[in-house]
Amino acid sequence: MSEEIRLMKGDEAIGEAAVRAGCKAYFGYPITPQNELTAYMAKHMLDKGRTFIQAESEVAAINMVYGAASTGARAMTSSSSPGISLKQEGISYLCGADLPCVIVNVARSGPGLGGISPSQGDYFQSTRGGGHGDYHTIVLAPKSVQEAADLTYEAFSISERYRIPVLVLADGLIGQMMEGVVFKDEIDPASLPPEPFAVGHQAETGRPNRHVTSINLVPEELEKQNIVRFERYGQVKKELTRYEEVQVEDADLVLVAYGTAARVCLGALQDARRKGLKVGLFRPITLWPFPDAAIGRLAGKGSRFLSVEMSMGQMVEDVRLAVNGRAPVDFYGRCGGMVPSEEEVLAEIERILGKRS
Amino acid sequence: MAEFLDYFRKERLPHIWCPGCGHGTVTGALVRAIDRLGLDKNNIVLVSGIGCSSRAVGYLDFDTLHTTHGRAIAFATGVKLARPDLKVIVMTGDGDCAAIGGNHFIHAARRNIDITTIIMNNSIYGMTSGQYSPTTPHGMFATTAPYGNVEYEFDLCELAKAAGATYVARATSYHVTLLTDLIEQAIMNKGFSVVEAMTQCPTYFGRKNKIGGPVETLNWIKDRTVNVKAASSLPPEKLQGKMLIGELYKAERPEYTASYMEMSAKVQRTYNDNFKYKGGDRGCELNSD
Ligand SMILES: Cc1ncc(C[n+]2csc(CCOP(=O)(O)OP(=O)(O)O)c2C)c(N)n1
Repeated sequence: MSEEIRLMKGDEAIGEAAVRAGCKAYFGYPITPQNELTAYMAKHMLDKGRTFIQAESEVAAINMVYGAASTGARAMTSSSSPGISLKQEGISYLCGADLPCVIVNVARSGPGLGGISPSQGDYFQSTRGGGHGDYHTIVLAPKSVQEAADLTYEAFSISERYRIPVLVLADGLIGQMMEGVVFKDEIDPASLPPEPFAVGHQAETGRPNRHVTSINLVPEELEKQNIVRFERYGQVKKELTRYEEVQVEDADLVLVAYGTAARVCLGALQDARRKGLKVGLFRPITLWPFPDAAIGRLAGKGSRFLSVEMSMGQMVEDVRLAVNGRAPVDFYGRCGGMVPSEEEVLAEIERILGKRS
Repeated sequence: MAEFLDYFRKERLPHIWCPGCGHGTVTGALVRAIDRLGLDKNNIVLVSGIGCSSRAVGYLDFDTLHTTHGRAIAFATGVKLARPDLKVIVMTGDGDCAAIGGNHFIHAARRNIDITTIIMNNSIYGMTSGQYSPTTPHGMFATTAPYGNVEYEFDLCELAKAAGATYVARATSYHVTLLTDLIEQAIMNKGFSVVEAMTQCPTYFGRKNKIGGPVETLNWIKDRTVNVKAASSLPPEKLQGKMLIGELYKAERPEYTASYMEMSAKVQRTYNDNFKYKGGDRGCELNSD
């Protein structure tokens, strides 16, 4: 790791991390607040002899990713919420064909065109599959520019390991703000081993032709394929579930929040602790797989929970499933591009813990 | 001129377009054309997609739909088929219409549905800050073409014509009188009509390409055009790299909603009983996919 600290926008840091991870092909389409990422790739993919294309739409971009991924290349696309909706068909097909790729969502507020301010309203779409059929993508949720870079870098190898698309779910705030960031070493795409599913090079090797598809009209076979995929999901849950805990051990109330909302909660936690309130923070880093066992452990210890989100309440459903009736679960959220303030969260903490005069 | 303001939602003004942007000029031309035709603005529905250009309908005091990026023409098709009596006008950008919306554009032309489409072509994505569009000329610069555009641009008028539009014209935000005349003609054509309005984006296109400010960018556009009437008497070398302006194509072809209604009337006459046809049942053929 080079120790040089660079001051960068989240969007650009994600781009640089992808380049360093050996991303060989990037396909984008402009949309705020991720335009700096597309522009960064336009500049830096060409000068490395790799592929940048501004597609004619998000639908085209995700299918270009499918095509590139079929050849075994590290492929990536990025967008923001409305554009991610358009990619859902492609993501479903990628999952059906077990192709790896990285998709970045610098999320904004909806529904519909909504606004360009940050939001966590895409939680359901991200964690439930998003398109049609039985599948999941792996969802990584960074809270800072550094973590956005690190998770993007790692997303490529995670995706290849499990042959599951990885979604990096940031938001407009993380995409647009500048922070110091240290990057990992550059991987040369040529040094990566060939993928066993990749098309191309058949002529040189004389191997049997390969068929990349998600179609299977035989119900018995399709069911089996899905079951095998879900066995892999089980493995992902065991090996990949990630979270961060802050002062949870003695907490009467555990805040559950990811990404930008978790940053706000950390401030509210510090304020609450100064007031003598035993508050902790549980921050899921993988939204799928959701760290339900770890939350379950805290519920078993007697803490109650407050899910803080930039939405009308989405992750709170997963918190309730993890808690499974063992403790009360409250929700506080702002939406439409509003970010909750530390004061608002603190007021909610005080209300729940009955300390408000 | 005060009465022209009646076509605007005054409470929504001033607009958000940059100083020197050409979108306002095109919007003005549309309003003047509608005014000159003496159309009742309450029988007109304006539909737009997403982009700086598509913002226009938010400022105009008509019944308006501000829809999804690229798909205004699909929405407009829905409006027109539900209410064939209304005039339906689409305001769209070059990215909106020709990139993500390209498919809808050619299919509306193929159907020759009675919709007037005004493409505000500034050769760049304005709203998202200066990416290349399908009409950015080859070699020009954009935030996503930092080394020059490797792709080649569409001729949207040729595309519309080839796809089946029955009125196709082009003007610029410099040639405002011509633009207004052409929009008037387009609105009156019963079929799919396209007016491409070349317009200046000094903020992104002008700046990225070091053309200069609004005046220089407007002049750059003007200098690339030749009137179609003058073109016939010019030697080919004088037309190299030029865009023709004026009325470029006009044709007579059955209009979609009219044909549809005609077909519907015929079907109703033949199948006047809901389920019986010439003694047999009207079932569905079996399909396997
Ligand atoms: C599905 C979707 N993708 C992308 C965007 C972002 N976006 C908004 S406007 C626009 C392009 C605007 O360019 P153009 O149509 O040329 O109009 P201009 O702004 O130049 O007038 C894009 C890509 C969006 N709103 N929705």
